[in-house]
Amino acid sequence: MAALAEFWRRYRRNKGAVVGLAVLCLILAVAAFGPLVYPDSPWDMAGAPFQPPFSAAHPLGTDTLGRDVATGIVHGARVSLLIGFVATLVAVGLGVVVGAVAGYFGGRIDDVAMRLTEFFQTIPSFVFAVVLVAIFTPGIGSIVTAIAVVSWPAVARLVRGEFLTLRTREFVQASVVLGRSARHIIFVEILPNAVSPIIVSGSLMVATAILVESSLSFLGLGDPNMMSWGYMIGASRSVVRLAWWCSFFPGLAILLTVLALNLVGEGLSDALNPRLSREGR
Amino acid sequence: MERLEYIAQRLLKGVVVLLGIVVLNFLLIRLAPGDPAAVMAGEAGASDELFLQQLRQQFGLDRPLWEQLWAYISNILSFDFGFSYRQQRPVIDLLAERLPPTLLLTGTAFVLSLVTGVTLGVMAARRAGRWSDSAITVVALFFYATPLFWVGLMGVFLFSVTLGWLPAFGMGSVGVKLTGFERLVDAARHLVLPALTLTLFHMAVYARMTRASMLEVRDQDFVRTARAKGVAEGRILRRHVLRNAILPVVTIAGMKAGYLLGGSIVVETVFAWPGIGRLAYEAVLQRDYNVLLGVFLVTSAVVIAVNLATDIVYSLVDPRIELGA
Repeated sequence: MAALAEFWRRYRRNKGAVVGLAVLCLILAVAAFGPLVYPDSPWDMAGAPFQPPFSAAHPLGTDTLGRDVATGIVHGARVSLLIGFVATLVAVGLGVVVGAVAGYFGGRIDDVAMRLTEFFQTIPSFVFAVVLVAIFTPGIGSIVTAIAVVSWPAVARLVRGEFLTLRTREFVQASVVLGRSARHIIFVEILPNAVSPIIVSGSLMVATAILVESSLSFLGLGDPNMMSWGYMIGASRSVVRLAWWCSFFPGLAILLTVLALNLVGEGLSDALNPRLSREGR
Repeated sequence: MERLEYIAQRLLKGVVVLLGIVVLNFLLIRLAPGDPAAVMAGEAGASDELFLQQLRQQFGLDRPLWEQLWAYISNILSFDFGFSYRQQRPVIDLLAERLPPTLLLTGTAFVLSLVTGVTLGVMAARRAGRWSDSAITVVALFFYATPLFWVGLMGVFLFSVTLGWLPAFGMGSVGVKLTGFERLVDAARHLVLPALTLTLFHMAVYARMTRASMLEVRDQDFVRTARAKGVAEGRILRRHVLRNAILPVVTIAGMKAGYLLGGSIVVETVFAWPGIGRLAYEAVLQRDYNVLLGVFLVTSAVVIAVNLATDIVYSLVDPRIELGA
């Protein structure tokens, strides 16, 4: 409990991070409860096409096909956050395993793992994501996989770095002497000590994942059964002259979400890595 | 001598990575759901059984996997990237035609974002903690979080539709006969919005990086030593801090050139810029996988070339670099 209070005390010092957290909570609430307030399908025609915003019936207007923009944004929140979080979880999982194994065992294994990581960091990641989703047909599975495939190398490098320093520490040597298995040492002894930087980079990665997902959906590579912010903008980009609101509001939703996540990530960084905090600078 | 060896080593590494991407491309076609011949043919060609037969023959799809791989690699090496059934043209022709506009767009954005980003980062770091620092930091945070395609669309709405200042799409005015200088101006006007769209996000990235890098270098011993020696503040900034703070930013910018090329897919889609990114979008719509994989290979090659150039320049600029590494 005391640790938690201490964490919150440090986190709170970063004003931007507090604002970010508040905005993020609001967006999470919209994603969780919004579809209850807007129970209609976001794909259904809700009124005449191109209704301007700020009316009682359609606060954010309607699009080319008369779909309600507000309903779309509320339903899209779930998709964006879901894909952002799941893709990040997969990427972090993959990155942790590769980085931990490389950093712990070193030598040949490390060489191979790092060459592989470098390879994936060299190829243009968004182009690769587009290729993956297009070839394996757009869907939530292929999108999550593509984002994870292009995101794991950063985590792997980070975790490897942590493991390289941690494995020389006494408590690790003690475990080796006690005859613990490598798996035990990696996951039970070392990994908990490397959790802070992983959480920080993970929270920033969710933001990037949401941006990538929205770009894919914008290009028509979203899951065809799920309303998403990127899709809404892509579908109405040709009518931006007639109906700016169809692309303006979904974009604002992406901006706010990504901004909030970045702010939270920076706050976590300040709170979890006091050594690196930008205090006094 | 040592430097030549280093460059040769880097060159070799680039070739190996490129070869890896060719193998990856090969695997993608094989791993894709369905008949690889149909995948290569794309949606348009898949119904033509004769064409599929021809593809199976050409790529040896009925032979063992390693033989197929060899056939694929030798095709690529002889610049045969396959045929776009949809556009009725060899993929290599399409790529050659579409690459220059993309290089113009991304090159402009690269220079602009680096110059503005580094300038803003330096300004913020020099006034760290004061209001101008906060203002720059907030602006950078915003552009860092905006989707490129949205910035582009809003730019079109504001500057083309509402204000009528700039053209909204294409690389030149259609149906107007322009000569020499006029044509250049026309092309430049078309370049402004897409280039700025691509610039703003990366400007934010470089501003944040430069600020952090400056603050880190500022606290180092050699800066304190210079100050203790009584070196003037301006000179410390120019000679000691800037040089050491900006070099890593420029290096990372070079290493991350792939992000600009990735961004050009959405930006070129918004502005109908006739480059390789727009080509990729068309290929996605038409399920024209040969073209898509060709774009992937070419953008990767560009990234590898830029990385190599960055490596070499870095080794020339920073004498401390370990040539063996």
